[in-house]
Amino acid sequence: MIGTALTDLWYGFGVAFEPHNLIFCFIGVLVGNMVGVLPGMGPLATISILLPLTFGMKPVAAILMLGGVMYGAQYGGAICSILLNLPCHPPHAVTCLDGFPMTKQGRGGVALGLTVFASFVGASWGITEMIFLSPLLVKAALQFGPAEVCSLMLLGLLAGSTLARGSPIKGVAMTVLGLFLGSVGTDLETGSERYTFGMTELDDGIELIALALGLFGIAEFMNSVNQVAPINTKYTNVGLKDMRPTKAELKQAFFPMWRGTIVGSLCSLIPGTGPTIASFVAYATEKKISKHPEKFGTGLIEGVVCPEASTHSSVQGDFIPTMSLGIPGDAVMALLLGALMIQGIVPGPQLISQHPDIFWGLVASFWIGNIMLVLLNVPLIGIWVKMLAIPYRFLYPSALFFVCIGVYAANNDFFQVGEVVVIGLFGYVLLRLGFHPAPILLGFVLGPRFEENFRRAMLISRGDILVFIERPISAVFIALCAILIGSQIYFRLRGAKADLEPADQNAGGGHVPTELARQRVSATPAE
Amino acid sequence: MRLSTSPLRELMGKRDFYAGGLMILLGLGVALKGTTYRAGTLMHMGPGFLPTALGILLVLLGIAIAASAFSSADDEDQSLLPENPQWWAWFCILMSPVAFIVFGRYFGMIPGTFACVFIAALGDKTATWRGTVILATVVTIFGVALFSYFLQVPMPILTWRGEL
Repeated sequence: MIGTALTDLWYGFGVAFEPHNLIFCFIGVLVGNMVGVLPGMGPLATISILLPLTFGMKPVAAILMLGGVMYGAQYGGAICSILLNLPCHPPHAVTCLDGFPMTKQGRGGVALGLTVFASFVGASWGITEMIFLSPLLVKAALQFGPAEVCSLMLLGLLAGSTLARGSPIKGVAMTVLGLFLGSVGTDLETGSERYTFGMTELDDGIELIALALGLFGIAEFMNSVNQVAPINTKYTNVGLKDMRPTKAELKQAFFPMWRGTIVGSLCSLIPGTGPTIASFVAYATEKKISKHPEKFGTGLIEGVVCPEASTHSSVQGDFIPTMSLGIPGDAVMALLLGALMIQGIVPGPQLISQHPDIFWGLVASFWIGNIMLVLLNVPLIGIWVKMLAIPYRFLYPSALFFVCIGVYAANNDFFQVGEVVVIGLFGYVLLRLGFHPAPILLGFVLGPRFEENFRRAMLISRGDILVFIERPISAVFIALCAILIGSQIYFRLRGAKADLEPADQNAGGGHVPTELARQRVSATPAE
Repeated sequence: MRLSTSPLRELMGKRDFYAGGLMILLGLGVALKGTTYRAGTLMHMGPGFLPTALGILLVLLGIAIAASAFSSADDEDQSLLPENPQWWAWFCILMSPVAFIVFGRYFGMIPGTFACVFIAALGDKTATWRGTVILATVVTIFGVALFSYFLQVPMPILTWRGEL
């Protein structure tokens, strides 16, 4: 078992070290890192902008690059949090609490250095987990019939929408909306057109890139235009020498780092709990077991390394269900899965055996990419810091151009650019009404496969809906769904919901007042 | 706490009320349109089955969201518009892709890119004509070099399509 995994990994390194793949992995982490630093540009927007560029590439290179963008942006987001106190990216919001005080004390460099180190440890653990857990999951998943797949998807969708951010019921509504949007276009089985209103351009359905860029590009620009405060770059003079931690600091960071890693990997096992929740839970846990909890928020090393290690370990862990079951846990994973589907690769348990180059190449490239990031971040941090000073008024018009040309390049058709405008406006309305649009993407990507499996399950069972609870594995998933819904209702009735909500509610816009975040973190229970 | 306001008026001031309302309308639209497609039976589902079911589900969720407006705390952010509405900037952001479509379609990539960036940049409240022109020019040069020459996006750089 371990032996085969290691041979496969060896093979994966062979794939990832092909010069062509190595270059795209490097481009991915570089661009991701760069854009991750820029306030107001998250991994979602970056991946969707770069997605059209990968159409001409081979699937392996494409997914390696997009994966690189994703974890590269994670490294970049931490810089933003620590040096500027700007939680541009929700998973790093909690890092501000102790990271920025450290910066104010002139120890920002050390905080960054330790963050890079902790991130690497967290990511390595996550990758190891991926190597050994994915084949096991696949073995189980290959026994699944349509009914099991269907209930598993239901569980994934429910978890993704209720455990993420904001009100769970609004999250479910967004997922349903996403499922519906996924059904627009030609019906796969009967060939009849649905909701196209006579527009032939919609026959192939709504363009994934247009949806992603509308929701996470245009709507986000509308949210932040003229709202972004001028950035205080007073503390951003960080040199290479400042980044080296002392022995005592390393010792202080060692155990929190591992605790964060473990918390993150546990969180990634629960579907729907992405890196944001992992980082908040890690911070709360660390505070709880600390001998001096009152010092948190004043610039403690533990408060920086623990959530960062947790974020990275959970990000890598999130790839496990995405790659081995074909069920993404959050919107970023859904987008990556969408990228694979555009390349003509069918996600699901058969992916690893049918396309071993993609899976093992990706795993190996994670390690290579993370090492690249450590090497990149140390000397280039000065340049990244300079990029922080790019004003938003230059940033968003340029990004809008990338949105337009990217969507155009997807089909070489202007119709999709029009789609982006409509979706963007709609997305902004949703944002203002307190919806978080991320679950839409989840539903959209899973929608067609959900419908297909649902129909198939109904056909096999001769229209008996009870098949979902008669088959034991499926029944377990349905029971988990029921527990999920039941617990949400229970917490709601008890009025404890407000306390359970992670403090990232406003983090999407990037303006969480630290004081507020602090109050909410302390209210987050540690389980 | 405002006193002596009717429940309906109080509801009208809540964001969740509108959020639920929007979902109800969307759900109704989806479900009604869905009934025009063949629903089929559970065993042989037609194309209309799932969308109609989703529409109905959306209506139910919308009702639940609107109902939760009754119980939501008063200190939550309930305003529909942000503190300083940026109508002009929003207009510019939405018009920028439209300009890209129109100029790109009829005149090619260079005018399309320029117009797209130029209009978007006007939305910033500190924008100056000079700065906007410079930004649009720089992005156009880089953008056309990257997408037209390097990535070979099939879109004419400069063209004149008088007829539709």
